[in-house]
Amino acid sequence: MSIATVLNKSATLFGAKTPIPFEGLTTKIAELLSMAPTDVQNAFWTIAVGALCATCCALAGCFLVLRRMSLLGDALSHSVLAGMAAVYLVTGGVEPVPMLIGALIAGVMTAVLTQFVHKAANLPEDSSIGIVFTSLFAFGVVVVSQAKHVHLDLDCVLFGDLAFAGVDLRPMMGWLWPHSFQSLVPSLVITLLFLIVFWKELRLTSFDPVLAVTLGFSAGVMHYLLTTVVAIVTVSAMGVVGLLVVALLIVPPATARLLTNRLSTMLWLSCLLGTVATTIGYFLALKWDSSAAGLTAVVAGIELLAAIVFSPLDGLLGRTIRTVRLRTRICAEDVLAGLFRKQERGDADAGVAVSTVQECIELAGNGFLAAGSIRWLKTRQLLDHSGNRVSLTARGYNYGRSLVRSHRLWEAYLHENFDLPHDHLHDPAEAMEHFIGPEIQRQITDELAAPAEDPHGREIPHIER
Amino acid sequence: MIEAEADTPILDVHDMTVAYNRRPVLWNVDLTIRKPGLTAIIGPNGAGKSTMIRSVMGLVPMVSGTVTAWGEEIAKQRHRIGYVPQRGSVDWDFPISVFETVLMGTFGNLGWFRRPGRKQKELASQCLERVGMQDFANRQIGQLSGGQQQRVFLARALAQEAELYFMDEPMAGVDAATERIVFDLLKSLSEEGRTIVVVHHDLRTVPEYFDDVVLLNVRIVASGPVDTTFNSANLQATYGGRLSILDTMAEAVQKQKETE
Repeated sequence: MSIATVLNKSATLFGAKTPIPFEGLTTKIAELLSMAPTDVQNAFWTIAVGALCATCCALAGCFLVLRRMSLLGDALSHSVLAGMAAVYLVTGGVEPVPMLIGALIAGVMTAVLTQFVHKAANLPEDSSIGIVFTSLFAFGVVVVSQAKHVHLDLDCVLFGDLAFAGVDLRPMMGWLWPHSFQSLVPSLVITLLFLIVFWKELRLTSFDPVLAVTLGFSAGVMHYLLTTVVAIVTVSAMGVVGLLVVALLIVPPATARLLTNRLSTMLWLSCLLGTVATTIGYFLALKWDSSAAGLTAVVAGIELLAAIVFSPLDGLLGRTIRTVRLRTRICAEDVLAGLFRKQERGDADAGVAVSTVQECIELAGNGFLAAGSIRWLKTRQLLDHSGNRVSLTARGYNYGRSLVRSHRLWEAYLHENFDLPHDHLHDPAEAMEHFIGPEIQRQITDELAAPAEDPHGREIPHIER
Repeated sequence: MIEAEADTPILDVHDMTVAYNRRPVLWNVDLTIRKPGLTAIIGPNGAGKSTMIRSVMGLVPMVSGTVTAWGEEIAKQRHRIGYVPQRGSVDWDFPISVFETVLMGTFGNLGWFRRPGRKQKELASQCLERVGMQDFANRQIGQLSGGQQQRVFLARALAQEAELYFMDEPMAGVDAATERIVFDLLKSLSEEGRTIVVVHHDLRTVPEYFDDVVLLNVRIVASGPVDTTFNSANLQATYGGRLSILDTMAEAVQKQKETE
């Protein structure tokens, strides 16, 4: 396998001379798992690089998402290529430091040009971002395809080298560190400093830029500072995950937003989600011998999907459960009201409404929740059920009476305030009766001066207190 | 605090003209406020009410004219002036609590880099209490009703501790109870010697609550005390349609028509 070959090479190159941090730890883990120490070490550093990369991206990305500037991340990652191409045209070389500077300048230029096109051509901001970054990217592609005699590693720009991040160790300050630390550590420090120093201003201009201006804070300055930080993060992270840096910038913050209403929680949660994505992405890539960056983005997408379904705030699952609960209650209440009416009509056996399970299911609307609603009634001791014989308990009788009272009060209320024909009164009351509690009953009674009958002439049952 | 400067008006808008894309939307506005109190700006849709306070605040550039507060440029007096934007101007989904939103009102006096401390937090709590929203301090702002959101905006404005306030339709889309609370609050602010200029849309409540009124329809139709200014002749002139020549002129300016 190619990774192993590279690993051996780097080990023979540096391993003997320069110490590797945490080597003892990784060796111990390797012993525990009975794996090759180099494999564990490789995994350890890859996860570290991925975590660092995901953290930078998530911290900056949270503010992109909140400020609705997500497209800017996409734009920056593409225009970086133009910056590198321009540096190549000027210097004729591919030295890393000038490349980095060129990429950064291209990033900031994207933001400036976008604002320019937005204002000068009077185009919406998203359109101008789209125009600027595709043009810059195209320029980069043209230059790269012309420069056949120089190896400008397009693959690395597009896909990153997460899979090799743990293998490519270089000496720094007397130790061997992953090569990407050289750009990722400074970019994390810059991002953290930016957040700490400008925390108040960043939040203010993100939430209410107009207020910020009237309080004497420049929203424009914060916009360009944030853009610069995002450009730094994008350039440094692209070396690891390539163009798919956008996935790490946007998806974990968006996922975290679904899971919390607090900005501080959103920040650390998105870092965690991003780190989990890079870690799982890397292991899946090892397993399937595939693109680590690609799988990272896929995992991040799955995290988002899971958050949509399972989020405790407003997840699909929670919403479905709440809907099913409400529906069950409504079906059950329909049974109670039906049995009460039956008893009221007098076709009851010695004052107790007797019914069959079959009839109750019919009253519950025959739907797939009908059986559940009968169980709902029994666990709350509102129904007596022996054999096929079903009757209301005393509690069930009171409950049903209150529902019918609500129903008829609402009919009376509608009749009083709306110019509706009589046959238009039942259906809305049937829907509303489930939401009228004692308080609203009292209000309607007060407003209608305690009506005795509903518009159809039926008695409105009283409730003893 | 305002007595000492009795001679210089609190707010002086002189010959202000505002344009969007070169098309004038406010013509030669003159307005002077000399004593603290409650002033309503009223006028039909598209009369430039919001634009007027936005350009006074420096949020929309002026084509010509000057605006001074206490005899100085607005930019130099920002710490004494509060602005309450329309409720729809912010993203209510933003992950921020009610308390944190109100705390933002204190940022103006803090300036860059200084963090809010205990003093600012106490002030924010007091402001929340004053609008009756203390029980909602830890709620995310998106979970509030329209009226509650408006009260949070007002609490944030209170936390600015300004002497002159501009409010853009604080009564838009709020329930009757909130309207009452808001007006009581505005009244007590004006009794404390503050000046409040409110863009308002409900003509019925003008005589009841306001001291002064500005009738605006792309130009100032009339301004002065409610008793003398808020009459049917002035209202007719304000709501009875625009001066059609002004529209024609605006178009001519926008299209840079040459005068032959």
